[in-house]
Order: sequence, then C-alpha cells, then structure tokens
Amino acid sequence: MVGILEDKDRIFTNLYGLHDPGLEAAKQRGAWNATKDILSCGRDWIINNTKASGLRGRGGAGFSTGLKWSFMPKEVREGRPHYLVVNADESEPGTCKDREIMRHDPHLFIEGCLVASFAMQAHACYIYVRGEYVREREVMEAAIKEAYEAKLIGKDNIHGYDFDVYMHHGAGAYICGEETALLESLEGKKGQPRLKPPFPAGAGLYGCPTTVNNVESIAVVPTILRRGAAWFAGFGRPNNTGTKLFCISGHVERPCNVEEAMSIPFRQLLEDHCGGVRGGWGNLKAVIPGGSSVRMIPAEQCEDLPMDFDALSALKSGLGTAAVIVMDKSTDLIKAIARISYFYKHESCGQCTPCREGTGWMWRVMERMASGEADPKEIDMLLEVTTQIEGHTICALGDAAAWPIQGLIRHFRPEIEARIAQYRSGKPHVQGATLAAAE
Amino acid sequence: MSVRRLAKEQPASWDFAPVTLEKAHWWISKYPQSRKQSAVIPILWLIQKQDGWVCEPAIRKLAAMLEMPVIRVLEVVTFYTMFQLEPVGKAALIQVCGTTPCMLRGAGDLMKLCADKIGHKDHISADGLFTWQEVECLGACVNAPMAQINDYYYEDLTPQTLGQIIDDFRAGKAPKPGSYAGRHTCEPAGGATTLTDPALYDGSKAAPVKIPNAPEPA
Repeated sequence: MVGILEDKDRIFTNLYGLHDPGLEAAKQRGAWNATKDILSCGRDWIINNTKASGLRGRGGAGFSTGLKWSFMPKEVREGRPHYLVVNADESEPGTCKDREIMRHDPHLFIEGCLVASFAMQAHACYIYVRGEYVREREVMEAAIKEAYEAKLIGKDNIHGYDFDVYMHHGAGAYICGEETALLESLEGKKGQPRLKPPFPAGAGLYGCPTTVNNVESIAVVPTILRRGAAWFAGFGRPNNTGTKLFCISGHVERPCNVEEAMSIPFRQLLEDHCGGVRGGWGNLKAVIPGGSSVRMIPAEQCEDLPMDFDALSALKSGLGTAAVIVMDKSTDLIKAIARISYFYKHESCGQCTPCREGTGWMWRVMERMASGEADPKEIDMLLEVTTQIEGHTICALGDAAAWPIQGLIRHFRPEIEARIAQYRSGKPHVQGATLAAAE
Repeated sequence: MSVRRLAKEQPASWDFAPVTLEKAHWWISKYPQSRKQSAVIPILWLIQKQDGWVCEPAIRKLAAMLEMPVIRVLEVVTFYTMFQLEPVGKAALIQVCGTTPCMLRGAGDLMKLCADKIGHKDHISADGLFTWQEVECLGACVNAPMAQINDYYYEDLTPQTLGQIIDDFRAGKAPKPGSYAGRHTCEPAGGATTLTDPALYDGSKAAPVKIPNAPEPA
C-alpha cells in the first residue's frame, strides 16, 4: 500500500478515468446508492451530519460546509426560490482536481447536488464551469442527461423531490471563482465581485437566497452520509478531517492527482505518490502548498509538515485547494513569483484601485528584481505596497496577489539581494533604475 | 486587467447559422424567463464557434436577441479573455499555458517553438492557418506543460511532440487530445499506484446499505 489512505476509503474511485464515467458503471461503484434513504432522513439531519463530519470547504477558504448550508433561510418565501450554485471555475494555478471529478466521476457530483439542494430547499442548481473545460462540460451534460432519463433528477423523479441541474460556463476569467463575481457572471455581467453584506445566503443569484460551494465539497457529501460522519471524521487531525484530493505539480518525478487522508506528512505525500522531489529530497528548495495564492514554504520547514489547514496556516501559508507546487534547487524563485504576479495583474477585474494599479506595479517591480535591475531599497518598498493592497479590496484577489510576494521576501530575501548585487557588479555606473516602476 | 478592443475591420453584417440559433435558444431556456441575459456568455461562445471570432454586428444582434443594451454585451465580450476579437488561424488556435506550474516544467520551450514555427504571439500566421497565444493557468497542472488547441487539451508536451501536433494540423489532420507522454490522464507516469483494489469495481459498492446513524422512524 502506498500512502495512508486505503483504496476502500477513497471516495473518487474513478479519479484517473480508467473506468466508464457513465451511469451504470457509476452505480456499480456506489453512486446513487440509497440516495432516497439519505433524503428521507431530513434536511436537518443532512446538515448536522455534514457538520459533524468536519468537512471544510474544498475551494480554498476551508469554511465548514454544513455550517454554510445552515445560513440559508429556513422558509422559502413566495417569489424567492433558493438556489445552489456550484463553483467549478477551477482556475487557481496548480489546481486540477474538480476537472477530474467532472470528467470521471460526474454522477457522484450530480448526486451531491441533489442532496445539498434538498438540504437547502433549492429546486434548481447551476454548475458554473470554466469556459476552457470544454471536454469536462460535454461529459457533465451527458451525465445530466442520463440522470434525467433515469428519473434520478427532474420533475417527478424517483427521489420525490423536484430538482433541476443546469450547466453554465464562463469564458476565461479567474476572478469568477470568487463567489459573488461568479454570481454576477451567471447573471450575464462582467465578473466583478459584489460588496458584502448582503451575503449570497440572503441575496445571491437573481437576488434570491443562494449558496455557492466548490465541486469537491459537494461531490463528497453523499458518500460521507452513506458511510457515516464518523467515518469521514476519522481521517486527519481534529478540525482538519476527511480525505482530500491533492494535485502535485512542478519538480517531482511523477506529478499526479491523488486522494489522500488529510494531514498526511508532506514528505510522505511526495515520496509515496510522486516518486519524490526531482533529484532527491535534498534537492527541494521551496513549495507552494495550496495554489499560487498562498505563501511559499522553504524546504527546511517541510520535513515533518502535516498537509492540513491548521498546520499550514501556522506557517503563515495555507492549504488552499491542496495544489502543491514543488520547486527544486534549479528554480529561479524570483522569476517564478514574478510570473505569478503577472497572473494576478492579468486577472484583476479592475474594480478596486489598490488591486487594479497595485498588481501591475508589483509585477513590474518583480520583473526588475528577477533581472537584478531593481534597487535594494525597493525590496522594503515592495513589501510595504503588498501590505497596502492586502485587505483593502472588495474581494480576496488583492490578498492573493500580495501573499506570494510576501512569502518570497520572508524566506528568500538574500536571494533577491544577491541578484541585485550580481547585476551591479562589474557595472561601474549603475544608478539602480530607481523608482522607475512607480510611474 | 488586459486592454481588449474590437478589431478595426468588421464585416458589414452577420447572422446566426441555423444550428447556432437552435443552440442559443436551448441556452436561453435554462434560465428563468425574465433572466435571458444569463445566456450572454454561452451564446457569445457559440458565435465564436461559428466564425472563430466575435465581430461587432454579431454583438449587436445578440444584444437585440437578449434585450440587453449593446454596451452591456460589449462589456462582457471585452472582459472575458476567451473571446477572440480578431480572426484567428483557420487550422488551429494554440493557447499555451504559461503560468508558474507549466513554466516550471518547460512552457517557455513550447512558446519558443511556437514563435519559430508560427511567428509572432497573438498574430495570425502568414499562411492564415495558425494563431498562438500565451494564456493563464488552464487547470491541468499535473499534466504540465500543456496547451489548449481549438477546444481540447494537449498535455505533457515537449517541443518535439508539440511540433508534430502543429505539423499534423497543418496537414489537415486532427491530432488526438490528451497526454503525449503515454499517461492515461492524471495518474502518475508509469501507471496508477492507487485505486487498484478490484473490490471497488466488482459491484459490491452497489449492494444495499443502511445509512449509519439515521433517525429512528417516528
């Protein structure tokens, strides 16, 4: 056996697409088993058991899924239907897990949509998938069609709860992964986040009560309820329970996606599933453990590191989407982070000034640091600017743009200084392109 | 943010092809009747599928169809970067992912190859067959480096395999999407080391189960 989790405890049994994603094969793997029994346990039971399982949202923020559901109004008011919207706008650099769920295990996901919608009294669910996932959308449309034909969903279905699922897609905007930007986009507008409050549970899609959940959070729920909250809560450390899809990319021997128990030690995750760091463990330089938005961690902190929410936030990083980007000693870290800065510059929606102007400014400074043209005092200035962007925008994109740079400066400042010194050595008249970026 | 403007040269008129129109109505039917505007992104995508790009008369037509002010559709079409505002190569639109996870595994070499073989980034090639672009994370990071060509993902690429793919498109063939390193999908290279237990697939999981901890029937 490799890793911690045994095959019998894996939820996504067709993660690699080695089997048929269609309805009959999915049923053989346990999807749609006893769904009616789950629904007959009642709304409160579903919400309470989801809470008890310790499931934390898999989209990055890690908020309790059951608790989020309990924020929906208890009564459905006339003319204000409830909606479930599933966030399948997977765009966080490093993350590619929802894609596998949609193209390989679509029925587990659709079943989850039904259970979650039932718990929140929603009769319609929109799945917002990123526009680039054309193949994934085709598989999902086919699976939804199968589910309608088998009367698992739709009007007068065998579960006795009228329920419709619709696929919707975006067109290449990272910001639409932010829940209120996603709702704006779903309403046919530019994806610019809304000011909160009101929160979506009060006024979301079309002004009606709405809950937005990540694909993985929704897709694991039926299996959790079938096997019991205690089963799911038995994996990982307290407050960080369950199984999780990890996406390991970058400088490992064999990059892959794998479902593992929460809190698996970082080194074991890499060595059991990915053949270890390219060139051996000693060749590790740094890791971005949760998608590009979190701060990087240097190799010396990785030895016994449990991969979970609390352990990583204690290191001022985060589990995010569990997208592990591994960087070995050959990596030009400054360039790698400069590329991430370019990403945020490209994806800023332009609504808030600190982010619209700041992401471009930070990128230009980062590029000059990568080439060594910057002035040493600009390192502190850059750090200062990141703190002025962080927390001063409507959504978290400003924070996400600031954190990677903060992580770099926190752990690898000497490397930036050395780059600048190297650029200047042998050039008697370097003025240090002072403040050129501030223009 | 990226600055995006409509093409200077626009056709005088534009109309929905019958198949596009039919699909457009299917999209509109997904939303509440008073919320037709929700279908704007999917229908713009259909328009792009029809012509390869989105032209100004099509934007006006769509605005009328969805009863939206034209400026709202223009806003959407310039905000979302998947909409091509100028004609693209007829054989293939190659979008190479350049974000950090792909960059770490050699996306730079792929882009160099594209520049050598096709020409300038974001410009249609001299023979009118290709356009290549650098795009942001496409969400297939464990299969890096990769590119989206027309609709589908070509993964685990090297300059050699991408070069072959480009040649195949040039020859009018349709190269198969997916991994070009012999992987099935996202399992570790050399074959999956998990999900190997046959009991997962023998139907035993479909046997009747009792929901644990279910409330007693009243």
